[in-house]
This record gives sequence, C-alpha cells and structure tokens, in this order.
Amino acid sequence: MLHLEDLSLSEGGVPHLAGISLKFKPGLTTLLGRTGAGKTTLLRAIAGLVQPAGRISFNGEDWSHIPPWRRPVAMVTQQFINYPHLNVLDNLAFPLIRRGEEKAAAREAARDMLGRVGLAQMASRRPSELSGGQQQRVAIARALVKGAPILLLDEPFVNLDYNLREGMREELSALLHATRTTVIYASTDPREALRMGDAVVLMSEGRALQSGPPRAVFTAPETLEAAKVVNDPPVNLLGADLSDTGLEIDHLGAAPRDSITGLPPGRYTLALRAEDIRQGGDLMARVALTEVTGSETVTHLDAGGQPLVMLERRIADHALGQNLCITPDLSRALVYGADGRLIAKGGQNG
Amino acid sequence: MKTFYLALKYLAVTLWSAFVIFPFLWMLSTSFKSQNAVTGGATWIPWAQFEPSLAGWKSLFGGVGGINIVKPYINSVIVTGTASVIALVLGTLAAYGLSRFTFRAGPIRNADITFFFISQRIMPPIVLAIPFFLMLRWLGLLDSLPGLILVYVAALMPIAVWVMVDFFNTIPRALDEMAWLDGCTPVTTFLRVILPNVAPGLVVAGMFCLIFGWNDFFFAFTLTFTQTQLLPVSIVALNSSVTPWWSLSAAAIVSVAPLAVLAFVVERFLARGGLAGAVR
Repeated sequence: MLHLEDLSLSEGGVPHLAGISLKFKPGLTTLLGRTGAGKTTLLRAIAGLVQPAGRISFNGEDWSHIPPWRRPVAMVTQQFINYPHLNVLDNLAFPLIRRGEEKAAAREAARDMLGRVGLAQMASRRPSELSGGQQQRVAIARALVKGAPILLLDEPFVNLDYNLREGMREELSALLHATRTTVIYASTDPREALRMGDAVVLMSEGRALQSGPPRAVFTAPETLEAAKVVNDPPVNLLGADLSDTGLEIDHLGAAPRDSITGLPPGRYTLALRAEDIRQGGDLMARVALTEVTGSETVTHLDAGGQPLVMLERRIADHALGQNLCITPDLSRALVYGADGRLIAKGGQNG
Repeated sequence: MKTFYLALKYLAVTLWSAFVIFPFLWMLSTSFKSQNAVTGGATWIPWAQFEPSLAGWKSLFGGVGGINIVKPYINSVIVTGTASVIALVLGTLAAYGLSRFTFRAGPIRNADITFFFISQRIMPPIVLAIPFFLMLRWLGLLDSLPGLILVYVAALMPIAVWVMVDFFNTIPRALDEMAWLDGCTPVTTFLRVILPNVAPGLVVAGMFCLIFGWNDFFFAFTLTFTQTQLLPVSIVALNSSVTPWWSLSAAAIVSVAPLAVLAFVVERFLARGGLAGAVR
C-alpha cells in the first residue's frame, strides 16, 4: 500500500500541496481536479521528482530519501516523452536494460509489450516517425513493460483526439486489469474518473477534498467545493432561505416548502446538476450560450440574474437571447449548509 | 515554369559554388607556379599557360627558401586536438550544469555565469596575453606544448559552453526526469540520454573549437619562442622580402585541408541530427 502522510509543498508562497494524507491500494484511483489542483505535483512527489514536506511510504518502506531512479514507479505524462535517439523497440527495452536485464531478454519483453499495444510493426521506427497517438502508446508501453508496482498516469490521453482517447482508455483498462498494480490516474474529466477508477480522490488547491468509490463520491460530494469538482458541466449553485412558511430561492423566487424536507429553517445552498434543470415549466430564462457536444447540448441561461446551466441529452437549437421555460428539479438538489458541508441529498438529510 | 525555376535554382547554386571554390582553385594553381609564373599575369592551366613547379611544395619540407612544416604541423595537431577535446569535455559538463541547475551567488545567476564564459571571447586576446605569459612562465610552461594546450583550453572552452548551453536548453527537462524514472542516475542520464541527443551540438562545438584552435596565431606567436612552433606561425615564417606566393599557397592548402575534410564529413552527420520525437 502506498501511504502519503501530510504532504505539503509551496513555491513562492503558493501552496501546491497542502497537507495531503491518502492511502492507495492496488487498483485504479483517479485524482480528479481542475487544472492547478495539485494532481501533477502529487504524482511528481510520489515519483520523487519534487520533495514535499511529509512522508511517503510504500509497503512500510519510507521513501523520504529514496531518489526517483530507485523508486519502483512508472509514469506517463500528458506530453509524449520518448527517447528520440532510440527506436521504438529500444525505447521500451531501455528501462529494463537500466534495471540490469540482459539486452536480448529486455528486447524480447519489449517486443511482447509492443504487440500488446498494437505497435509491433513500428519496432524499428524512431518516435518522431510515429503519429501522436502512437507516440503516446509507446510512452504508455514503456511504463507498462517495467512492471512497476506503482503506475502514475498524468492525464495521459489529454492530447489525443476523442476516438483515440476512448480506444486507449479501453486498451489501458484491459492491460491493467490482470495486474495488481497501484495505478494513480490524474484527470480533469469527471466522466473519465467515474468510468475508469476503482476509487476517486477529489482535489482542489493542493488539498484532497474527498475520496472513496466513484459512485458514492459523485452522488454525495461532501462539500460545495467537491460538488464543483465532480460536475461537468458545472453544477448550479442556488442560495436559498428556508422558513416555516416556504422556500425562497435567490433570483428565482418562491418554491414549494416540501422541495426540501426535514431541515430546520435557515440559509442553505442548493447544488443542482445541469441535467436536473429541464425544459418546460413556468420559470423564464434567457439563453446566454449554447454548446453542442456530440449528442448533448449544454445551455447557459440567465434566470433573472441567476446563472444556470442546463444539460439536454439531444441536439437542441436554442438561439442566443431566446427565452426558455425551465423547471429546476429541486427534489434532486444537494443541500449544503452555511459551512459548505452537505447536509441533505435529493431532499433528504445527508 | 517549374523547369525554369529549377534551372534558376541550379544556376544560383553553381554560381555560389564557383564563388566559393574559386579562391581554392587559384590557391592550388598558384602553389604549382614558379616565381616567374606568379608575376607573369593571371594564368590558370598548367602546361598550357605555365610550366608547373614543385618549388612551393618543396619549400614546406625544408627546400630552398623554406622551412620544414612537419613538426609545426604535428604540434598544431597535438595542441588543437588535445585542447579541443578537453575544452569540449569541460565545456559540455559546464553547459549541462548551467542548463539544468540554478546557481546563485549574491547577484550572480546562471545567465551571468554563461556571459562570463562568453566574455572571455569578447575580450581582445592582447588583454589576456600578458597574464597568460606570466602564468606560463611561473609554471615553467612557456614555449611548450602543455603550456599552449592549457591556454587553448581556456580560449576554446567558452565556445564549447556557449554552443552547448543552447543545445542542452532545447532538451526538455522532462526527458531527464523520465530517464530517472527509468532507472538512470543523473550521471547515466547525462551519458545515456542527454549526450546522444546533443550529438549534433557536440559536433558543432567540436568544429568551432578545432577551427578557432587551428587558426589561432596570436597565442601561438606570443607564448612560444623557438622550441614549440605551431603551423600558423611557421607559415608566416615562410615570408621574406619577396613574398613567396607559391610557398604560401601550398602552405595554405596544407593548413586548410584538414578542416575542409572534417567539415565535409561532419556536415552529413549534422544534417541527420535533431530532437524530434522527444516530447510532443
């Protein structure tokens, strides 16, 4: 087990890691966070490329004084890093040879891995002679061929086009399925985290906000910040005052008191996912922006000064400035208290 | 139209080649002339326009009115070769350090250190002549090959540092880090990953060192007396009251030949170099 204890790292007064304590078991854990959340720094700390305060240990062994070249770690970054002076086969054999394996055996293992990632025909080519996707596959294959017990993947598919990304995700999942590797996968895409990981860690501003099984984390983000991280398109945050007589939502007006049940009167924040705002109803909102993403439409709305985001599972043609009638499904809202912590989920106490 | 442009391109290349090769052909032709043929006007074709003579070439090997350039030639090869190799090794190590690590000493930063190296070449050599002279005298190395090698290392190292820093800067640090994660120590990273990728830079820096070292006259002249003579000084020694153009031309050919051959060999190698595919 990989154990991180109170990792902190600042540069020029800017905290990159702020007291992170986590445990990683074999399996795939996704680090989910926006750009600048500290995911890459955390992976680099595990690899030994930066030296944070705190303690990193693996299976009980303290890694504080172990340099990167002695850590049993493989890493793939979002840049396609390969050795330009070596052909593809030798790129893969390189780490094995450095580890002391015979050249012939290393090349045999490299050839076998190349076959598994579908690059057997490219063995004698230089990385510069490959396409972007192939280059990244070489980088991934080089990380995998080492058989390191810890595999760090820093947004490895971010520079690839959609089809290639999907294909490589499946390939990687299949390749990792049979191993007992601890895989830590950094991503900015919540859907990727939900689909790929056995566990997810939400990160923001160098802190680990929440961790656990992806479905549990996604359905009940413990804080408002966590709710922002796990939602793409962005979650709608609505300020609301609950009284004995009713529920008053900022900018949107009165809502039925029974939208939120079992909570005392007070000030709350309702987090409503974009798919929980639907077309139809009596609330008017003006279209500010429409984004069509493949088979979905994300519409940014202005409802009397309250920005809202609506997700429709269809290609919709909303004109800019057009008025739409919408209904926020408050029964599905996550309710957060004044301290930003989740207190009720889907209208029930959290 | 395409053919016209192609013809124009070939014409331009031919004219440029003629422009470059012309002085060499003139030099070669002059080296086989006698005094009368040189002063008798512009002639080109041996036997037809002038009677070829080996007087110029013989004078390089102790013939009439000449000196034996074999020893100075060997001295030049030893001094330039040794100094270039040492300067390249030290310069490459210094450049890698300057490219990869951050040095701070008071207000001094990496860029200042790099400039310090380059400033050694900006200064006129005469500024360094007296300090070098005094140092070599104190070391008992005046008029000796080791003394000249030391001075040439100091003179050539800035070139190596200057060229190599730029080459190292083009290699992303991510490549160093990936090599570490693949089991390389910093030393093996440098030797197995970084150096192979700056091979074109090493060739360029090496060429510059050899050219500047081989052609240097000033230090070869001011720091030697009679025991240790280098080629440029011995060529100048060929001169007399009547300029022996035939001998000087032969000497110039002998002097420029190794560099020309070297440039021709490494040019092909340089054309193949490149860092494509390191990081995308």
